Amino acid sequence: MSGDTTSERSGWRSAAEPSVERVRSGARPGDVSGLVEYTLRLGDDALILSQRLGEWITRAPQLEEDVALANIALDLLGQARSLLTYAGEAEGAGRDEDALAYWRDERDFRNVLLVERPNGDFAETMARQLWFTSYQYELYDRLRASADPTLAAVAAKAVKEVAYHRDHAAQWVLRLGDGTDESRRRMQGGLAAVAPYVDELFDPDGVTGGLGAVAVDPAALREPSERHVDGVLDRAGLERPPEPAHVARGGRRGLHTEVMGYLLAEMQHLHRSHEGASW
Amino acid sequence: MSDEWPLWEVFVRARRGLSHVHVGSLHAPDAVMAVRNARDVYTRRGEGVSIWVVPSAAVTASSPDEKDAFFDPAADKVYRHPTFYEVPAEAKHL
Amino acid sequence: MAASDERDDAFHAIIDADGRIEPRDDMPDAYRRSLVRQMAQHAHSEIIGMQPEGNWISRAPSLRRKAILLAKVQDEAGHGLYLYAAAETLGVSRDELLERLHSGKQKYSSIFNYPTLTWADIGAIGWLVDGAAITNQVPLTRCSYGPYARAMVRICKEESFHQRQGFEALLALTRGTAAQRAMAQDALDRWWYPSLAMFGPPDTPSQERTATHTEQSMRWGIKRFTNDELRQKFVDMTAPQADVLGLRIPDDELRWNDERGHYDFSDPDFDELFRVISGDGPCNEQRMAHRVSAHADGAWVREAASAYAAKHATAQQEQVPA
Repeated sequence: MSGDTTSERSGWRSAAEPSVERVRSGARPGDVSGLVEYTLRLGDDALILSQRLGEWITRAPQLEEDVALANIALDLLGQARSLLTYAGEAEGAGRDEDALAYWRDERDFRNVLLVERPNGDFAETMARQLWFTSYQYELYDRLRASADPTLAAVAAKAVKEVAYHRDHAAQWVLRLGDGTDESRRRMQGGLAAVAPYVDELFDPDGVTGGLGAVAVDPAALREPSERHVDGVLDRAGLERPPEPAHVARGGRRGLHTEVMGYLLAEMQHLHRSHEGASW
Repeated sequence: MSDEWPLWEVFVRARRGLSHVHVGSLHAPDAVMAVRNARDVYTRRGEGVSIWVVPSAAVTASSPDEKDAFFDPAADKVYRHPTFYEVPAEAKHL
Repeated sequence: MAASDERDDAFHAIIDADGRIEPRDDMPDAYRRSLVRQMAQHAHSEIIGMQPEGNWISRAPSLRRKAILLAKVQDEAGHGLYLYAAAETLGVSRDELLERLHSGKQKYSSIFNYPTLTWADIGAIGWLVDGAAITNQVPLTRCSYGPYARAMVRICKEESFHQRQGFEALLALTRGTAAQRAMAQDALDRWWYPSLAMFGPPDTPSQERTATHTEQSMRWGIKRFTNDELRQKFVDMTAPQADVLGLRIPDDELRWNDERGHYDFSDPDFDELFRVISGDGPCNEQRMAHRVSAHADGAWVREAASAYAAKHATAQQEQVPA
């Protein structure tokens, strides 16, 4: 066990507790730190999910699916690169996409816990995809109208990619839910496994609140995202899993799950072993 | 093997104004997935604006045994080609 | 029989005229068998080849390199898929071919039984292994079997970036820090001879082994150059590139021969090649175990999709206007 269990625990709250926390930035008008923080969140979600989906390559159920999952991972990586680059520019401290991807420690990553979850079986990965793409689609759809022209441009491009990712997830959830007994059981299990990590997607806080028309209020995405997910589950004959006993959150504040350290160790090790080198 | 996903033939329209052209085949459990797999497999580099997929089993092909009967008779119908006809050089736009 | 002679004549007339054989044409059984074997082996090599490179996707040292590598490994899945489809035109299913791979009845390129130990190995694979593959594959775009030739046209077009990205990745290392340069040289030292061995056994029957299939394959227009011709072509192309990289090819005999108009070089250890092909390479077991378990783990997904398709067979006719 980690020595500092209190800080570890503070990342976990029950569903009833308010999640709002005024993050260090406390975004004020004219203060770029809120914009940097927000852009990092979007970029880190895409980067970490891309890293996870990349793990499927050579392990997919069929060659055609290796190609499909790689496409999605590549789209996400492209989004991450644009967003991290922009976060670095907005910050103005000379950090580029690689400095942000490879030289930040776990506590400085801002992705939701959902995307760092291990892949599990194909059903669990599709459950994660269904929720995340439903959320991300609604997010980018609105972010196209952001008062920040760079974020608006990234969203306009990405929303088309995510529309495809969302359809991909929905098609698989339909087939697994309405396929065989085993696939239905596994799909139901996958949905239950990711359920504790869904709520965090829709948490508003001081950062999104303080950015006004630059950001999209995550709370506003809950209803349309849930409607989409419910529609897919309905068509697949799947049940919405019961309310999880506890809801996990903390990623937006850098409080991650234990798997995150390993993910970053693997991703960052080579780059960090050669400080200052170019590749 | 009977439980293998069926094979589909993929046709891609490279640009508006062009016909769909056969580009290859792939496996998919059904038509909806076939058209998506085709998108992922055959248009990764922006090769297309529209895709058709057809179950390979649905293609009826002429038989090589009938090749002579099918195609040779067309070889001597030279009068179907414009170059068969001689017209004076001064007659334009023919 | 007269009828079968006539069919053989038609086949040979097409081959002699450098024409293309198409799936439903009559063809000698041996030609069909030889093609299925070669296309399957080629397809297996593409999908097993995803593993040594896939090994570095999660650790790529920059996001740009990560995207390139992901796209490249994805291409290899696509190429395996094109090649299985080409083989399927001869009436053999992908499942049957995968079964032959998984049971060890069919082989894949021995090169993928070597491990990728450092990031530089990714560059070396792109530069050398893809370079060797391209040398092998370009003549196959004129192969006598239409579907194979067409698959190769597509593959060669897509692979043109694979070798360049490998060279560029190595160039970044050789222009980098001392540790990066050492990493690049170490990769070349390990990958050079296995890459030369990719062209197969020598043409001249030294000892008991020979390039068994070459002669017949050349008569049939499946193969256009001998193993040694292709190997020479590869060395001639690669040696000057090593100079540009500032790396040393690990061969004391390597030098330009004015008289021959080619580089002289040392052959790879063909005993090692045969040992690795027959299963005694550093990664044979690992590669096969990975492949077999991925296939087995996906069985329930494939079954589910088939079951769903059967249930919804009539419901999902998507209308396509012509």
